[in-house]
Amino acid sequence: MNIHEYQAKKLLAGFGVPVSKGEPVLAASDIDSAVDAMPGPVYVVKSQIHAGGRGKGKFKELAADAKGGVRVSFSAEEAKTNAHEMFGKTLVTAQTGPAGKQVNRLYIEDGADIDKELYLSILVDRETSKFSFVASTEGGMDIEAVAHDTPEKIHTVAIDSLQGITDADVAKLNAAFELDGVAAEDGKTLFPTLYNAFVDSDMSLLEVNPLVILKDGHLRVLDAKVSFDGNAMFRHPDIAELRDETEEDEKEIEASKYDLAYVALDGDIGCMVNGAGLAMATMDIIKLYGAEPANFLDVGGGATTEKVTAAFKIITSDPNVKGILVNIFGGIMRCDVIAEGVVKAVQEVGLNVPLVVRLEGTKVQEGKDIINNSDLNVIAADDLDDAAQKIVKAVKG
Amino acid sequence: MSILINQDTKVLVQGLTGNTGTFHTEQALAYHGTKMVGGIHPKKGGSTWTCENGDAKGAELPVFATVKEGKAETGADASVVYVPPAFAANAIIEAIDAEIPLIICITEGVPVRDMVNVKARLEDSSSRLVGPNCPGILTPNECKIGIMPGTIFKKGSVGVVSRSGTLTYEAVYQTTTAGLGQTSAVGIGGDPVKGTEFIDVLDLFLDDDETESIIMIGEIGGSAEEEASEWLTEQAAKGRKKPMAGFIAGRTAPPGRTMGHAGAVISGGKGGAEDKIAAMEKAGIVVSPSPAKLGETLLKAIG
Repeated sequence: MNIHEYQAKKLLAGFGVPVSKGEPVLAASDIDSAVDAMPGPVYVVKSQIHAGGRGKGKFKELAADAKGGVRVSFSAEEAKTNAHEMFGKTLVTAQTGPAGKQVNRLYIEDGADIDKELYLSILVDRETSKFSFVASTEGGMDIEAVAHDTPEKIHTVAIDSLQGITDADVAKLNAAFELDGVAAEDGKTLFPTLYNAFVDSDMSLLEVNPLVILKDGHLRVLDAKVSFDGNAMFRHPDIAELRDETEEDEKEIEASKYDLAYVALDGDIGCMVNGAGLAMATMDIIKLYGAEPANFLDVGGGATTEKVTAAFKIITSDPNVKGILVNIFGGIMRCDVIAEGVVKAVQEVGLNVPLVVRLEGTKVQEGKDIINNSDLNVIAADDLDDAAQKIVKAVKG
Repeated sequence: MSILINQDTKVLVQGLTGNTGTFHTEQALAYHGTKMVGGIHPKKGGSTWTCENGDAKGAELPVFATVKEGKAETGADASVVYVPPAFAANAIIEAIDAEIPLIICITEGVPVRDMVNVKARLEDSSSRLVGPNCPGILTPNECKIGIMPGTIFKKGSVGVVSRSGTLTYEAVYQTTTAGLGQTSAVGIGGDPVKGTEFIDVLDLFLDDDETESIIMIGEIGGSAEEEASEWLTEQAAKGRKKPMAGFIAGRTAPPGRTMGHAGAVISGGKGGAEDKIAAMEKAGIVVSPSPAKLGETLLKAIG
């Protein structure tokens, strides 16, 4: 689960992390009061969307030479003009895709006197199965490009989770950032605080780009991108409430209500599959035979008829879907449950596109019987290869 | 031979009395008499669990309050964990503390922070953990631990290792249809932090005399496939080599999105399918472009 920058900063500030003063704006009518609440003389107006590259992003509705999604303003008047121009517009960045994202929230922040920009992140290092800091003196830049062009400028410090962050770890980080004086002193508090915030909140990523050294020598978190481990949100109802559903696809929100793993895609063949690996492989084989999948959907191992019905409705609600492939290899999942769910869903919502069903594994015969005894217009498939070819043929002709 | 489990493996069930634990224990008992020796429940120690469905109907298992007690009473050498995600890590740690040699965690949705701690506890222990978020292990006609459907297996010569449950079934089914059968199938699970990685299982398959060929199924996210490929190349240089077929799920997955499995995500430009396929091919694995042609591809690799 992702949250906005302003939410991340509020959360971090609660742990004692130094951030700039700022006010979120959730409605255009709040812009002026939010700007007036800042001390000035420098204001930063930041688009709040769940995607990076905002500064270099372009607004669809504005002229090509208009400024980007993060704007430094040198008077309250300028800040207000910028904010009104940005609010509600669609921002296209390197990470949003060509459709862009509507800016429904802004963050007005007090400007900072920056001496130097650094890069810091904390993540789960899958190779070592440890939480690790990634530190670089090259802040404010695309860190993937830094890693690619100058890998020697990226330092990793792994933390022993049973011991927690130690003085030695902090010393390594101070050295990696080349900090001294006031900044190094700040590091002794800041790095353990960030680590504890990461662990206590069950974050999966905390990226501070940039972490800055101010002109007075102190450290400040100038940007913050935070993602949480969705599997741990049962421990954090307060964080779960920060979810911004306007950032998500409607079908994905509906799917999450039924605990279905669903990802909307651009193609025209809807898929309903059990198991994440098989669901990805089903998308892959559709592509292999020359068509594009409309979605990823894993109904999971313990799906009920109700869940399957909901899944089927979500797929058919996508106007791009020109055909549906149901691919089930029953392990825990029983084929008869899937068959019943599909039949029930079609009875409720109708079916205007071709449907190919492939069933294998637990209770396969019972499942096939349910489909065959219904009056559904279903194309039966023998195996995955056969199923993929049949649905592509049905859609493409 | 087989790897990890065989007809002599004695298995405890953590979470036996829940719906999932009960259902799959009934299935395991019915599968060639897998030696399920008892269940664990902190509040139901001293009671008896009775199998109420399937071929093993009527079978009874003792329930112990702790894993330590269960191990002492039964001599169990494996434990399977079906407890809910919030309690799964503690159940695994209890099994580590009881020095259970093989712990298999089926539970999906265990928080990453919990697994990072479990992983640190495993380091100096005498236990091996498989999973979490995995379908378990099956050695045909001998022992079934976990949730794999036993009917698709056939005793034979192929070792199967996979990050995905249902793709394990595809590989098993297709190698059965191809007439090869399996020595053992191991699902290592779809989470980013897990007990057993590809290399651990591949090492066992290379050592196993009856395993003549191997299918390895990976997916997007992380770099375990690349590390395994590098390791296989080093082993081949030492003369340890078996014909291998492979598959990577998620060629069409968009970057930055988690595809069902917590570990299946392309992030920061890393973990994409094409890099993994290239690494595996470089290590001599014949990678199938289609998940429907795993059996066929392995036959080609065997030559």
